[in-house]
Amino acid sequence: MDVLGRYRNLIVLVGVLFAQVLGLAVQVRRTTDSEPTRLIRIWAVGTVTPLEKMLAWVQTSSGGMWHNYFYLRGVRAENRELKREIERMRLEQARISQDADQARRLQALLAFKEQFISQTMAAQVIGSSGSELSRSVYIDKGERDGIKPDMAVISKDGIVGKILRVYRSTSLVLLIDDQTSGVGSILDKSRLQGILRGMSSGEVVLEKVMSDETVPIGEQVLTSGGDGIFPKGLPVGTVTKVAPGSDLFLNIRVRPAADLSRLEEVLVVTKVDEKQAEPDKTATVRAVDILAERLPGVPPKPETASESAGKSLSATPDGAAKPAAVAGSPAAQSAPKPQSTTQSAGEAKSKSLPAAAPPLPATPSTGTLKGISGAVPGTSATKSSMGAATPNSSATKVGPSNPGAPVVKKNIAPASSATAPVTGTLPATGAAKKPSAKAVSPTTAPAASSKPQPKLPQPQPQDTPQ
Amino acid sequence: MAITYTSGEQVEVYRFSIPATILIPLTAVFLQAWLPLRFRFFSIFDLPLLVTIGFATARRNPLAGLFTGGLIGILQDALTHQPIGLYGISKTVVGFGASSLGIKLDVENAGARFLLTILFYVVHEVVYFMIARGLIGLHMQWSWPHEIGSGAANAALGIFVYALLDRVKQRT
Repeated sequence: MDVLGRYRNLIVLVGVLFAQVLGLAVQVRRTTDSEPTRLIRIWAVGTVTPLEKMLAWVQTSSGGMWHNYFYLRGVRAENRELKREIERMRLEQARISQDADQARRLQALLAFKEQFISQTMAAQVIGSSGSELSRSVYIDKGERDGIKPDMAVISKDGIVGKILRVYRSTSLVLLIDDQTSGVGSILDKSRLQGILRGMSSGEVVLEKVMSDETVPIGEQVLTSGGDGIFPKGLPVGTVTKVAPGSDLFLNIRVRPAADLSRLEEVLVVTKVDEKQAEPDKTATVRAVDILAERLPGVPPKPETASESAGKSLSATPDGAAKPAAVAGSPAAQSAPKPQSTTQSAGEAKSKSLPAAAPPLPATPSTGTLKGISGAVPGTSATKSSMGAATPNSSATKVGPSNPGAPVVKKNIAPASSATAPVTGTLPATGAAKKPSAKAVSPTTAPAASSKPQPKLPQPQPQDTPQ
Repeated sequence: MAITYTSGEQVEVYRFSIPATILIPLTAVFLQAWLPLRFRFFSIFDLPLLVTIGFATARRNPLAGLFTGGLIGILQDALTHQPIGLYGISKTVVGFGASSLGIKLDVENAGARFLLTILFYVVHEVVYFMIARGLIGLHMQWSWPHEIGSGAANAALGIFVYALLDRVKQRT
C-alpha cells in the first residue's frame, strides 16, 4: 500500500496514458469513411463553432460596412477598369463559345458523356482545426443545408478540398494540402495523370508521374475526375518544381491555384450531373458540317440545276460518273452551292464531283439519284447519295427512276422521309442500316443543295460549370 | 534568488475558479482554431499548450495537471480530423511534467517560465511526433531548428499568457 501511495501520481499517469493509447489504437483500426462522428467531436464543434460563426458574421458585417459605405476610394477607376475587362472578356467569350459549341457537337456525335457542376452552395470559412498537421477548415454550412461527406469544395481560383465530416450546421473540409488527402490530377498539356497529395510541411506534390516523363515548370494541373469527387477539368495548381523522386516517379511540387491560407468564401459542389451532350434538335449536324466550318469556302457558281446535270454527264464521256469525295474531304466541303432547292440529289452530286476524281459507270436512269446510286452500289458515290439522305437533309419522291428506286428531290425535310427510299434502293450500304453512320455520313452537294449556307446548330442550353 | 525550493521553504499552491477553469481552456482552443485563419503566422503557436503549462505550474498538483492537460488535448483533437488522443497524450505528459517540476522549481519569474515553456514545447512535440508516426502512421519530418524556434516563439507568448493567468489564480 505504501508503494501505491508513494507512486500514486505515476500510476495514474501511466493509467491515463494507457487508456488514451488504447483508444487511439482502436480509432486507427476502425477508421473508415462510414464511421459515425464521435460524440466528443460533436460537443467540441458545437461549443467552438457558434463563437466562430458569430465572429465571422461580425467581421463580415463590419468589413462590408467599411468597404461599401466609407472606403470608396478608387472605385471610379476600378469601375472603368472592370468595364474594359468586361469588354475584353466578351470578345474572348465569343471565341470560346464557338469552340464550346463545336466541342459539344462533336461530343454528341461521339456519345460523349461529360460531367457538369449543376449546383453549388456558397459557404463561409469560419474556423480551422488549429493544427498544422490537420489542414482542415470549418464552413458554416452543414447537414441541414444539404451538405454531405465527400462533396467537392472549390473557390473561384481552383479546388480547395472535400467535405470530410458533416455536423448539423457546420462541416469540416479537408484541404488538398493535408497529407491524408488525395486528388486525381492531370497535367494540362502533357495529359500525364497523377495523384495530388499534401506533405507534413504544407507543400503539395503530384505523385505517380514516371521519372522518364518531361514535365515543364509552370504547367497547369487540373482535376482528372478519377477520384470521383472533383469533376474533371477544374484548376488545381501550377507546377513549381520538378525533381527526381524516390523509386521511378518524379517529385513534382505544385502551387495550389486557390490560396488555402486565406480562404474566406468557398463553393460546395452539391450536385454534379453526368450527361451526354445532345445535338441541336432543329438541325442535325454532321461531322463534315463541322469540318466545313473550319475550311475556306468556295464561292458558288451561278449555274442552274440542268446545267450541272448536263455537266456531270458530259464530264464522263466514257459513260462513267465520278465518285463523290469522301467524307470530310476538302473537295466535299467546297462543293458549289446549288441555286435551286428542287435540285435533285443526283444533280447536286454530279456538280460536286471533282474533275480529278475517277469516273463511275453510268447507268440509264430517269432520276438523278438513281443515276448515281444505282450505278455502283457501295461505292463512295453511293454513300454520298446516302449522305444526301441523312437526317440533316430530306428527300421527297418526285418520281421513280426505275422500279424500286425512287427519284429523290432534295429539300429540307425530316430525315425519315429520305432514308426510307434510299435504303430501299441501296440495301447494301451500311449507312442506311446504321443510324450512327448516317450521322457522320459524307456531305456532298446534295446536302449542300438543301442548305445554301451550312447551317450550324445553335448551342444547346446546357448547364455550364461554375 | 533561488531557483529551486529547499525542504524548508513553503511552496505556494494556487487554484482557479470553476468558470476560469472551464472558460480559459475553451477560449484558448477557440482562438487556436480561429486566429490562424486571420493571421497565418499564428499557426506556430499552441495556446492550449501554454494554458496547460500555466495551469499545471500554478496548481503544482501532478494529478490535476495531467487531467487538465489530457482534457484540453482531447478537446483540441476533437476539432481536427486526426484520431482523438494525439494531443491528449502529449498534453497529459506535459501537464504532469509541468506540475511535477513546478513543485521543485520557482516558476514565478519570467526567465524560468521562458525556459520551462521551451522545454515542454519540445517534449510535447516529441511525444506528438512519436505517436503520430508510430501509431497513426503519419509521414512527419523532424527539424530541430524549427522546433526550437517555435518553442522560443511560444515561450515569448507564454510570458504574457502566464501573466494573464496570474491575475485569475487564487491563493489556497
